[in-house]
Amino acid sequence: MSDEEVRATVDGVYRSESRRVFATLIRLLGDFDAAEEALHDAFRAALEQWPRDGVPESPRAWLVSVGRFKAIDRMRRRARFDPLDDVSDVRDPLAADPSVPGEDVEDDRLRLIFTCCHPGLSPDAQVALTLREVCGLTTEEIARAFLATPSTLAQRVVRAKAKIRDARIPYQVPSKEDLPDRLDTVLRVVYLVFNEGYSASSGESLTRHDLSAEAIRLARLLVELLREPEAMGLLALMLLHESRRAARTTPTGDPILLEEQDRSLWDREAIAEGTALLERALSSRRFGPYSLQAAIAAVHAEAGDAASTDWAQIVGLYDVLLRLEPSPVVELNRAVAVAMRDGPAAGLALVDDLLARGELLEYRLVHAARAELCRRAGRASEARISYERALTLTLQEPERRFLERRLAEMEN
Amino acid sequence: MKYLCLIYGEESALAALADSECLACDRELQRSGHGLVSEALQPVHTATTVRVRNGKLSVTDGPFAETKEQLSGFYLVEARDLNEAIQLAASMPPARVGSIEVRPVREIELPQPAP
Repeated sequence: MSDEEVRATVDGVYRSESRRVFATLIRLLGDFDAAEEALHDAFRAALEQWPRDGVPESPRAWLVSVGRFKAIDRMRRRARFDPLDDVSDVRDPLAADPSVPGEDVEDDRLRLIFTCCHPGLSPDAQVALTLREVCGLTTEEIARAFLATPSTLAQRVVRAKAKIRDARIPYQVPSKEDLPDRLDTVLRVVYLVFNEGYSASSGESLTRHDLSAEAIRLARLLVELLREPEAMGLLALMLLHESRRAARTTPTGDPILLEEQDRSLWDREAIAEGTALLERALSSRRFGPYSLQAAIAAVHAEAGDAASTDWAQIVGLYDVLLRLEPSPVVELNRAVAVAMRDGPAAGLALVDDLLARGELLEYRLVHAARAELCRRAGRASEARISYERALTLTLQEPERRFLERRLAEMEN
Repeated sequence: MKYLCLIYGEESALAALADSECLACDRELQRSGHGLVSEALQPVHTATTVRVRNGKLSVTDGPFAETKEQLSGFYLVEARDLNEAIQLAASMPPARVGSIEVRPVREIELPQPAP
């Protein structure tokens, strides 16, 4: 094999296996940073040895084994120079034999995901750690995606790893009793990452688009490893949202409302995959809020146009969702659906009830929704007031332009 | 590994817990080998805060900070990892009405003199 071919092979192995090798090394070495060093050592060795010895039959096993021994080497060298270091505190890498079946029954990637999303870490730390250690993004990429400085991100990651080490957060998949709650945390992180990528509509940053793809990739991994219905539901929800990406903004990045989107631009493959996943999730009867939201998105996806949407079914799904997870935002979305089913006045009554209870007063979308409903109901002056209120609360340029255009339309 | 569980809560809410329940919890922790030391504290109005700055002693009446929930006791427990420590804290009656801060103990070792 030529040097170039070997490099290409190693690159390919890196792309497909490095995260899994890393996750196993963490288990064997008991430490994130040691595992990262070991990973790099292993791939460096691959570049040196594979041209000479050929590519091994199981590259992953080779890399784990080499990484492990290189790490032992490092620890022994350090122990020789630092006799005062408490080496007994470091896990004996030989104690965890990777060939012992019991230890490796569960995919180490699952252990890694659940550890990065441990509730003992702050949500910010969970997101940063997951993107870095599970998805393999660099600190710079993550910082850019969240509009933070690389040093802030780096600090966050360092502190999170320190907490894992110092408070001894164990490297485990949660027990059956703990799994539902712990999975909730993981799914929340995944959805957060997805929404960061989803809402960035400005063409300024391609990396923000990639966040949605990372989230979907993560959810795929979870579904593959766990087969839990809510993980399927979340993946379905994200695929259905993504299916509309091409249709939901104008070339200048302005939002296009669902009812005005060109549905021929919707990605039918994504819709098909999402719908199939949703059916699996719902048939388990253990589904939850993500699956229900996916079901609502699927009803939209089925409709040829806004007018032929089964709004009654959507309202029914929101009823179930509200029972599972009562929240004012869900109530608002339900009100909008009720307006489509029963007319704007009915929806307005629900929105006004929300506001009268003091809910969502500073939420820009409630005022935008109210404005739309007033406009449809012919209550022009009220519509204008709500558009203006929404404008004072809007942070993003494209949204601002949209609201201003609506206001201008009302003048005519 | 040792963890210190610091019990915080509003004194009225904590006072509503039955002493018998807290004693039972303590006994169970001792029995299972997790409980090392535990004490309930007198109410916060009995607290005194001590500082020494530049050799000067300062003594103030009250807790070190006025907070909505006050420190009312502690358990020092032995646990395998943070997950087990969390489970132990969750089993303590004050967790239902207050907050329990779970902090790993830092073992301080003096360096051994060279042989």
